[in-house]
Parts: sequence; C-alpha cells; structure tokens
Amino acid sequence: MGKLFAVVVTVITVVSTALFLMHTWWLPVDISAHGPAIDRQLSETMLSSGVLFVLSQLALAVFAWRYGDRHDGRPVKAFPGGATPMVVFAAVLVGAEILALTLVGAKVWAGIFQAPPDPNSLQIDVQAEQFAFYFRYPGPDGRFGATHPELINEANENYFGLDPARDTTARDDIVVPTLTIPVNRPIALTLRAKDVNHAFYVPELRIQQDFVPGLAIPLHFTATQTGKHEIVCTQLCGLGHYNMRAYIEVVSEAQFAQWLKDKAAQQ
Amino acid sequence: MRIRDLMPLGAVALAGTAMMAGRGTRPPPAGTIGGKVTYTGTPPKMKPIDMAKEPFCARLHAAAPVLTENAVTGPGNALRWVLVYVSAGDQGSAPATQPVRLDQKGCQYIPHVLVLQPDQPLDIYNDDSTSHNIHPLARVNPEWNKSQPIGAPPIHTKWEKPEFIPVKCNVHPWMHGWHLVLAGSHYAVTGEDGAFSLQGLPPGKYTVTAWHEQFGTQSQDVTISGNEAATVNFVFKATPY
Repeated sequence: MGKLFAVVVTVITVVSTALFLMHTWWLPVDISAHGPAIDRQLSETMLSSGVLFVLSQLALAVFAWRYGDRHDGRPVKAFPGGATPMVVFAAVLVGAEILALTLVGAKVWAGIFQAPPDPNSLQIDVQAEQFAFYFRYPGPDGRFGATHPELINEANENYFGLDPARDTTARDDIVVPTLTIPVNRPIALTLRAKDVNHAFYVPELRIQQDFVPGLAIPLHFTATQTGKHEIVCTQLCGLGHYNMRAYIEVVSEAQFAQWLKDKAAQQ
Repeated sequence: MRIRDLMPLGAVALAGTAMMAGRGTRPPPAGTIGGKVTYTGTPPKMKPIDMAKEPFCARLHAAAPVLTENAVTGPGNALRWVLVYVSAGDQGSAPATQPVRLDQKGCQYIPHVLVLQPDQPLDIYNDDSTSHNIHPLARVNPEWNKSQPIGAPPIHTKWEKPEFIPVKCNVHPWMHGWHLVLAGSHYAVTGEDGAFSLQGLPPGKYTVTAWHEQFGTQSQDVTISGNEAATVNFVFKATPY
C-alpha cells in the first residue's frame, strides 16, 4: 500500500509539474504596462513554491516507498527524534517562504497600485451595481457632475444619480456600459459600489480590485495593446452575479477621440 | 282547424314579435371621451440604450438601437405611453378575466406600460436567449422578483390591489416598465399619436386623469349625458432634465 501511495504521489507530482512547465493553463496575454512586473512576481512565486512542492512530494514518495509498513512483522521505522522536529522544520521553512514572498510581492504590488497615478491620467468613474458596471467620463467640460444617490433612476439611464437640471457640469457627463480607453495613455479609475461588494477583474490587465460600498477606491493602469476584453465581477454579489460583466475596449487615440465626440453628441 | 289548434302557432308568432321588438330596442346610451395628449416645452432626449453587456440583445438591435422610453414623443408634440383613465365616476363593470401578456423581448419590456385590473391574470414571457429577472417594485402589493432562464415557462401571476408599479430587471438595469393596476375598467394608453378613447361610458359625471411616468398627473371633469363623444385634451409641461 505504501508503494502504491508512493507511485500515485510521484505521478501527481510529475503530471502537475509538466502542466505548469508546458504552460497548459497559463496566464492570458498581458496588455498592461505594469503586467511584466506582476508576471515576473508570479513566476518567481510559482518557481519557489514549485521547487518546494516537487521536493516535498518526492521526499514523501521516497519515505513511503522505503519505510512503509511491509506487514512482515518488523516494527515500522520512525524518524529519529519523532515527528515533532520535522513538523517544526517544515512549518518554519514554509513560513519563511511565505514571508519572503509576501515582502517581495507586496513591494511589487505597492510599487504599482499604491504609487500615485500620472497627473495627466484620463479620469473615469466606475460604478458597480447588481449586476452591471457603468463608466462615467467627464465630457467636454472636463468636470464630473456631483452625484446624488436619491436621483439614481434606471428608467432614464441616470445610473450615477446626476442632477443635470441644476448642475450644469453634469449635463455633458458621458455614461456608458463599456470601458473604452485609448492605448498607451494612463488611466485613473475611481471605483464605487451602489449596493454590495463587487470586483473589477480584467486578467489581461493583471488587475483584480474589489468595490466596497461607501468607499471611492482609486485604481490606475496603462493599456499597451488595442483589443476587447471582458471585465467580470469576482465577488459573489447576488443571484445575477454570474451575468455581471462588461467589456473594456482599448482603441487608438484617434478612435478614442472620435468615440468621445460621438458620445458627447448623444448627451 | 279549431282555434285550439292554432294556439301554438299564435304563441310562436307572439314570441317572434317580442323578439323582433327586443332586437329593435335601442341600447342604453354610452358616450365616449376621447382626445390627445401633447406636451409643451423641451422633453428629455430619447437616448440610445447600449446593451453591450448582453451580446444577444445587442446583436438584435445592432441596426437600430432601442431608445429610452421614459419620455417618448411623436409628431405634433404627441406624448406616448400616457395612461388616461376614469379616476372618479366609474360605475363599475364585471371583473376582467382575460389574461394580459408581458413580453421580455430584445431586453425590453413589451409593452412598456401594461394596464390591468386587480386579479386579472398576468402572463410574463421570456422570449430572449438570455436570462431575465423580473422585479416589480410594488409597495401596496407584495414585492417579488423571479428569475426566468432561457426557455423557462411563462410566469402566471396577478396583482390584487390597485397600484402603479415600476418594474425592473435585476440582470439588465436598462430594462424598465410599468404595471398599472386600475380599479376601474375605462382606460387607454396613448400611442405615438398621443390619442386616446374611453368608450362605453353611461351618462354621468366623470373625472378623467392622465398619468405620465416622468411628467406627472393631470385631471379634468367631464359630464356625459347621452351618446355624445366628449373631447378632452391634456397638455403636459416637459423639461429636458
């Protein structure tokens, strides 16, 4: 039985390692300026935890093969000193690895997401609600109108609760369900939730950020490739969570300028 | 032939005469109140609805996007989706038993404004290849929301009490409509020409009310004395925001 266990553990280790080495289920294309740093950190995490995984699994297989109960009457061999030193050693080793990864990873993450956005970033407001995302651009005047939750009215597409009757800066605000952005221009999003927790997850942008009701959460990035990708909610937010998605369209500067002009004319 | 033999024939003849007389009797007088609903001022723009979130519906409307329906206007300043009804003086009628149908089609509620009476059967269909979650925001009646996946059978329901109920879809925020539950049986919803006609009104004094989801409510008193057709027009003041 010990030998069978050793074989199964070895097969699982080899197959799962091969899947990683062959990139069978790998990350999607990276379209963000900060993506390479994230990918490098992911690779380092994968490599260090992968090496430990392979070594520990193979050690487990060797020990199970060699020292398992053979049902021949001989006593089962125990590691000198009992299991405690081994468990302590493993816990310290894994703890040190996690600590090291956290320190290095946090530095990379903070360097990207906690650094101030480019002052010339394109500002876009994002509102998440059950079960959709809406995006708001300031319009030709470059200013966002104030929002009033009591004025939110889906019937006339006032998803942000703008007050165009009294607030002239709100009249030209562009509200759309698709995040259209120009390529290679810094983007600064402000995330707000209307009701419950949601998340803004774009794997291609290497971004996953929660929305929290009551908080305005800043998020900035630069997309480096044109294309259309999905934005999905990854916080279980209710019955329609499965269908909560939007699209991000990264277009050229010229296309973006035209898109902005067309949308402004519709307001 | 004796007189006695002729009696059955006489009875038939008498009955026939009575029936002829009955057919010739004039029906009770029933008047009509008709007119047109228009607006002055500048109404809000009918904005195209971007359904990108739901590719199935976005494809259906790729050629001509659906416009918002909170203030739909027509030629000659006509106002659509206005409910005009007898709000006082209605002398009652038999309860409505014909089912009314609401469709969720192309990620829209059809019709946008649905009028029905208490306990009248309401059948709600999902005609789309996507799920919907209909959510009437009732306050007087019990509030509910029900998911209706692709190919699900219609929801058979009803409203018990008079109420104007806004209806939304929990999955598609732009989907918006109204269930208007009226105690009376004399009502009409204006079309693109803004016209309405309330028929079969016996003589009496009536209050006719026009309701629009954005521009509010107006009422006028009308007296019907016979078979005449009275005209009542409503003019709403529209503002762009």
